[in-house]
Amino acid sequence: MSEVAEVRGNRVALEGNEAVAEAMRQINPDVVAAYPITPSTEIVQTFAQFVADGEVDTNFVAVESEHSAMSACLAAAVAGGRVMNATSANGLALMWEILYIVSSLRQPVILTVVNRALSGNINIHCDHSDTMGARDAGWVQLYAEDVQEAYDNLIQAVCIGENMDVRLPVMSCLDGFILSHSYELLTVEPDEEVQEFVGPYKPDNPMLDIENPKTFGPLDLYDYYFEHKRSQMEAYPAAKQAIIDEGKRFGEAFGREYGLLEEFMLDDAEFAVVAMGSTCGMIRDVVEDLREKGVKAGMLKLRAFRPFPAEEVAAALDGCGAIAVLDRAASFGAHAGPLYAEVTSALYSYGKQIPVNNYIYGLGGREILPDHLQQVYGDLQQLADAGQPAEPVSFLGLRE
Amino acid sequence: MAQLTEIRFHGRGGQGAKTAGYILAVAAAEEGWNINAFPEYGAERRGAPMRSYVRISDAPIRLRSSVKHPDIVAVLDDSLLAVENVTEGMDDDDILIVNTDKSPDEIRKQLANPNVKLYVVDATQVAMDTIGRPIPNTPMLGAMAKAAGMPQLQSLKDAVDVRLGGKLSQAAIESNYAALERAYEEVTQ
Repeated sequence: MSEVAEVRGNRVALEGNEAVAEAMRQINPDVVAAYPITPSTEIVQTFAQFVADGEVDTNFVAVESEHSAMSACLAAAVAGGRVMNATSANGLALMWEILYIVSSLRQPVILTVVNRALSGNINIHCDHSDTMGARDAGWVQLYAEDVQEAYDNLIQAVCIGENMDVRLPVMSCLDGFILSHSYELLTVEPDEEVQEFVGPYKPDNPMLDIENPKTFGPLDLYDYYFEHKRSQMEAYPAAKQAIIDEGKRFGEAFGREYGLLEEFMLDDAEFAVVAMGSTCGMIRDVVEDLREKGVKAGMLKLRAFRPFPAEEVAAALDGCGAIAVLDRAASFGAHAGPLYAEVTSALYSYGKQIPVNNYIYGLGGREILPDHLQQVYGDLQQLADAGQPAEPVSFLGLRE
Repeated sequence: MAQLTEIRFHGRGGQGAKTAGYILAVAAAEEGWNINAFPEYGAERRGAPMRSYVRISDAPIRLRSSVKHPDIVAVLDDSLLAVENVTEGMDDDDILIVNTDKSPDEIRKQLANPNVKLYVVDATQVAMDTIGRPIPNTPMLGAMAKAAGMPQLQSLKDAVDVRLGGKLSQAAIESNYAALERAYEEVTQ
């Protein structure tokens, strides 16, 4: 890493993938087992160079597939190590079976997912179909708006997952190419301060503690499986609290505070847009533009999608006249996109009667432009008047 | 109102349009600007037309879509003029810099908007004479420093150090400095 990256407060120019690899170098995990895939390749490539150069103590395991990568991560975590990995799209899909086992065994494996469209047809560009598909796999999911947040989120992910009340794996997500290959300025914190923030790894019931032998992943039928799943569910409210606590602690340590979600000009907003990931930046520009024109626009950025902060979302949107939810994934056969389903369910559960439009956008990397977002806000006046959406789902930037 | 400069590079895969964007971004960052640079990834093939983009602003840069209305366009290969509308989205007072051994009048005939502020430089020849390889990206940045008045030549040299310092020998770095300086001197309107 360049020397400038080591200076406190210095702003370094890095690509998103380089910034993630840099955070991994500072965290210095015990094991990384990975199989590179576009657009997350440079994370694994850069980190492998750190290993080869002796800049980390990590045992880097080169494997022959993502299924093996996540299997090796699981094994290393159960053995008692701090474990990290990175993937995208079809790579995440190939890990599917093991994703559930990692969370069920309560192993805090940290996985960076550089979001990319799932095949078919084959496409290397950004959408959220990969991680939306994994939303029920029991992993915490954080989404980054820019490269700085991708770097910051990964550091916090370690502390969230390893919290003794949580002990869950975490996906730290960033938009493929839009962030992974975006070259921008960020603050890379000093190594020792990052290491102090994450602290030493505390294994919980490690298998290599041979004085206290244990069994992992045994047959678990109708006599106890249900109770085990019920106890797993207990971890998610704790994860929610850990996201809040670590976001606050991160703010105290480094001056950038985070939460489950972020309200942008939402206090008095009449029209709100809910979104995740890199699109939130562009929405801020559009909101500021609309505010100058006298439109009471606001945005709700979701940083944590799992656990889903239903109560906080409902509270944040309370008082809005009309809402639009932007989904960067389709849920085939569902009546709307996955984020829409969560947001409207949260509103309904907490008794908020607000009409909500749904837009699916950006599939396979289709560009989203400020004009699209102006249209979304423009539609909200009609929605407020009509009281219910004209269409169940609309599409942005699509030829029909 | 934020002061925003948007730059678009047209090149062919392998000509260094992505690296040019990154060096320009670092140079602007050295001068205290906020920056964002990104290539347009389609099918990544050597020789295929590709674009890269840079935004430079005094405000945080949150827009991440491709540059539609560039203030400056740099064309690394004049054969692209026959296949792409490089002046797309340009106003008459925007700056176009073309790497070519042809005259400005000849180039102007190939432009959809011939009224833009056109500059030409034989960046490939400059690269051959200084670096010894036909990589026109660094000389094109030297030409930009002159034509657009930004960034400063010294900032570009510093940026070459930051981006290429770990990868190239000191002699190769020096030849890139020479390429920047010569293109700065040779670019004409």
